[in-house]
Amino acid sequence: MLKPAVFLAALGPLGWLLWAAYTGNFSADPLADITHETGDWTLRFLCITLAVTPLRRVIGWNGAIRFRRMLGLFAFFYGTLHLLIYLIADRYASLDFPNGILAWQSVRAFAASVWADIYKRPFITVGFTAWLCMLSLALTSTAGMIRRLGGKRWNQLHALIYVAATAGVVHYWWLVKADVRRPATYAAIVFVLLSFRVVWGFTSGSRATPRPA
Amino acid sequence: MLIKPPSDIRSSEITDKSLYLNRRAFMRAAAVAAGAAATGCVSADALAGSGQPAAHGRKLENVKSSPLSTSELPNTWEQITTYNNYYEFGTDKDSPSRYARGFKTTPWTVAVEGECNKKAVYHLEDILKGQTLEDRIYRHRCVERWSMVIPWVGFPLSSFINKCEPTAKAKFVEFTTLADDRQMPGLASGVLPWPYVEGLRMDEAMHPLTILVVGLYGEVLPNQDGAPLRVHIPWKYGFKSGKSIVKIRFVEKQPVNTWQRAAADEYGFYANVNPTVDHPRWSQAKERRLPSLFTNTPTQMFNGYGDQVASMYAGMDLRKNF
Repeated sequence: MLKPAVFLAALGPLGWLLWAAYTGNFSADPLADITHETGDWTLRFLCITLAVTPLRRVIGWNGAIRFRRMLGLFAFFYGTLHLLIYLIADRYASLDFPNGILAWQSVRAFAASVWADIYKRPFITVGFTAWLCMLSLALTSTAGMIRRLGGKRWNQLHALIYVAATAGVVHYWWLVKADVRRPATYAAIVFVLLSFRVVWGFTSGSRATPRPA
Repeated sequence: MLIKPPSDIRSSEITDKSLYLNRRAFMRAAAVAAGAAATGCVSADALAGSGQPAAHGRKLENVKSSPLSTSELPNTWEQITTYNNYYEFGTDKDSPSRYARGFKTTPWTVAVEGECNKKAVYHLEDILKGQTLEDRIYRHRCVERWSMVIPWVGFPLSSFINKCEPTAKAKFVEFTTLADDRQMPGLASGVLPWPYVEGLRMDEAMHPLTILVVGLYGEVLPNQDGAPLRVHIPWKYGFKSGKSIVKIRFVEKQPVNTWQRAAADEYGFYANVNPTVDHPRWSQAKERRLPSLFTNTPTQMFNGYGDQVASMYAGMDLRKNF
């Protein structure tokens, strides 16, 4: 019962965006609205996902584990929407199309433009890094993949969520013009969530709990 | 023009109110009833083009059209007044429209200081006295890559500067925006060093395209867009165009504008719109003409005003002087 409810709630931000698009309830800059909204929800779902283990260990709510994969996949979902918006509205749309929109040259120019942006602009580099981390986690999120990788290796791989969350916050921090209060808030939350792991890493002496990057 | 010392009686206090409103070129409330007929005094194209009713009851009268206006379709009143940067009221694009509602624009004075003969604190009505208001439909390009077309109402800054009689030592003009923390909730954040300061080289300030703005869409300028008096320099990124100006200072040395002070590697003094010089974090080659979803409109050199302004920068390295 609870799981479908959480699933529907997690679709809420998407529903809100679609509703806003349908009713024209965006600001004068709809692209900025959609970009910011999807980026924000990616970070929020990363934080929520990172809160699952502390919830289990600190307040003893073991049931929270049931939602972890779904929440992580929602972070990936919103992050992918965020990336696609950037790729299409920013990178692809800003190309010149001497040979048409779907010509081979246009596709190559697109790839070159994306690569150049990732290479040249640190905030894009870290943002893309965060997405690549989430991609590898999403691809290995199935029970079959856990079995194939083995629990220990799977755990080590999935420590990449620490990298994803950190890179996501840095991405946000580096892109704002002057007002860093919101990225700083995310940074504080991620810092606290990762601190749990550091403390546990020391106290348990276990190598199974990887240190945050 | 008679320059009054600050302690003198304000013209608004000695003049019959209706005459004073007339002189400020503000239409009296009674005339608003004839609002539909009055659209003749704003650029008919601007209003018809956007289908935007200009009926907020604060119409300006005797506004002339200008050959310097673009024929491009202006953005709507709604877009222009709900989406802009005015960090004194907050850093979200809708912060100015939300928090500038109660902003007090009367009385308003502008201190003129520095290298000029007519140093004084001018009341707004004295600044407007004798000025012919013009519709100036300008392209507005934000350094963040979005752009709009905005039907400002104003008059050339040069005609006010001439009245101030700058001396030979006046090489630059510095504009200071009000910083009143009782009225401007954004100041508390400290995201920028306040007050907001901008500046122009003298020839830029005297250029016929550079205007002092008092209106939008034929009406009194809304608070969130920099009321009651702002500058607009259409060939420069938007942050050069200071809002709610309380001080104009003529100086010999190039002023350090606020964004340059905040991040000198990203924002320079000149800030001319230039598709070939990237912002360190994004390309400036294309822009998003709001409300478009796509950043696909080619940005023009000097925002398309190159014919009029490029000669001022002849021989300058615009890559260095960004």
